Amino acid sequence: MKNLLILGGGTAGTMMANRLQKFLKPNDWSTTVVDRDPNHYYQPGFLFVPFGIYRPEDVHKPKSDFLQGDINFIVDGIAEIQPKDNCVLLDSGTVLGYDLLIVATGARIAPEETPGLLGPLWKKDIFDFYTFEGSVALRKKLEQWQGGKLVINLAETIIKCPVAPLEFAFLADAYFRDRGIREKVEIVYVTPLSGAFTKPKATQLLGKLMEDKGIRVVPDFYLMEVDNETRELVSYDGKRESFDLLVSIPVNKGDEVIERSGLGDEDGLNFVPTDKRTLQSRKHSNVFVIGDATNLPASKAGSVAHFESEILTENILSYLAGQSLDAHFDGHSNCFIETGHGKAALIDFNYDTEPLPGKFPWPVIGPMGLLKVNRANHWGKLAFRWVYWHMLLTGKHLPVSTNMSMAGKEVEVSV
Amino acid sequence: METIVTAVELQTNPEGYLVNYKEWTQEWAREVASTYQLELTSKHWQVLEWLRAKHAEGVALTIRKVGASGITDIKEFYQLFPGGPLKISSKIAGIPKPVSCI
Ligand SMILES: Cc1cc2nc3c(=O)[nH]c(=O)nc-3n(C[C@H](O)[C@H](O)[C@H](O)COP(=O)(O)OP(=O)(O)OC[C@H]3O[C@@H](n4cnc5c(N)ncnc54)[C@H](O)[C@@H]3O)c2cc1C
Repeated sequence: MKNLLILGGGTAGTMMANRLQKFLKPNDWSTTVVDRDPNHYYQPGFLFVPFGIYRPEDVHKPKSDFLQGDINFIVDGIAEIQPKDNCVLLDSGTVLGYDLLIVATGARIAPEETPGLLGPLWKKDIFDFYTFEGSVALRKKLEQWQGGKLVINLAETIIKCPVAPLEFAFLADAYFRDRGIREKVEIVYVTPLSGAFTKPKATQLLGKLMEDKGIRVVPDFYLMEVDNETRELVSYDGKRESFDLLVSIPVNKGDEVIERSGLGDEDGLNFVPTDKRTLQSRKHSNVFVIGDATNLPASKAGSVAHFESEILTENILSYLAGQSLDAHFDGHSNCFIETGHGKAALIDFNYDTEPLPGKFPWPVIGPMGLLKVNRANHWGKLAFRWVYWHMLLTGKHLPVSTNMSMAGKEVEVSV
Repeated sequence: METIVTAVELQTNPEGYLVNYKEWTQEWAREVASTYQLELTSKHWQVLEWLRAKHAEGVALTIRKVGASGITDIKEFYQLFPGGPLKISSKIAGIPKPVSCI
């Protein structure tokens, strides 16, 4: 009997366990998933909780509900990975050996990386919405807040779901309008990027939306510390921005187990060096990495983890058959961007092609519009929760191609 | 978009980044630096050499990685190349414009 061990039972780990179940013979292989948390969180829902659009109880379910067949599920912390000995130590002292390892430990916020962020104002006037607890606490805060200067800040450029902070700004604008206090709220978006977003075409659209909604963008602001006394963000080059209420997207890092195991990238962010095409670990051939845990130059998003899971399933089966790893991931990413009041935009891109306008997923018909703000996109975003629980996690095929498609896209010839 | 007029003619893209990083010379670097009113000190050179070495290894560079290089920290990096430290230093080092992975 051989052991497939999957570290992390979040979006990516759950998908991989369910997908591989269909191919690995139960007499030959035993599959085990380890996660410290018995609950599965629908993280995209954390965006909607602060504004009362989703209730806290709408965004989590027991992890065991989504692991099919004979998959063993262990609730425990992962203490250390020892790839040289093909084994993993758990917090309880259990040692698990493996023949094949999948690292899917995701990314987490690390507010401790920025001096002052966890100071006296944390959870009083400084909040995050990237954790369940954070989004619930922020919901209570917003309910009572009567206005002032709301600052949304990204501490780092590599964050999961890079569009979520923008969506937060758009939804905040809509929320305060609905409450009739928009004129009492100044919304400022402070980012280390040179504009609202990174890719030129999407930045044009999103920058324009920010302007229309009266949200001021402060670009090129790389956060060094938070001054709790003066209530200001301070950048590395000495710029300052004051706030009454700060919604922070702290530095994102891979889990500490990566650091403890000496498996992280050299920037100290604990992301695992991974082949960007095959998803094999750069150091150990029987270790594969998927989802937010990798150091791939792609978005850290559930949609990306989904596309990766199709590629990785193929490559793992090739690996076990002793064949070369021929399935190649192209960096495909697909994100809805909620823009408030029942509308949303949609972007689709990969390692080499920036988001382009057009129709999705079917050329001409759509019904979703790429780089356009409309209602169909919003319904797509809300439907994603259902798709996530019922299709994505269980490893069903979605009507979207794994590698990015140019069908339906409008390409400018003269560039 | 700026054009860089240099005595050493090397092929650059419209934003002024060197097309082939292997063609880079120190003289070219000095000229590009002067368009930013920068006088290159030994610290600057250390950073530039480190960036070039990492680029050659295929590493995608970020400000945080430079800060963790042991050569400089983020604050000093901003002082060395004021404005956009990674964009400016990459241009002077003759390596491509850093891409943000979103
Ligand atoms: C606010 C927000 C909005 C988002 N919106 C979208 C969206 O609209 N669309 C989209 O596609 N994506 C979105 N995402 C991103 C998406 O949720 C993640 O990219 C996705 O969940 C990544 O899956 P993963 O399996 O890599 O990591 P996760 O799902 O985070 O799973 C990692 C798991 O590993 C476990 N783990 C880690 N370390 C240990 C350890 N040492 N011991 C035991 N267990 C451990 C954790 O408990 C966790 O369950 C959003 C994320 C956030 C925070």
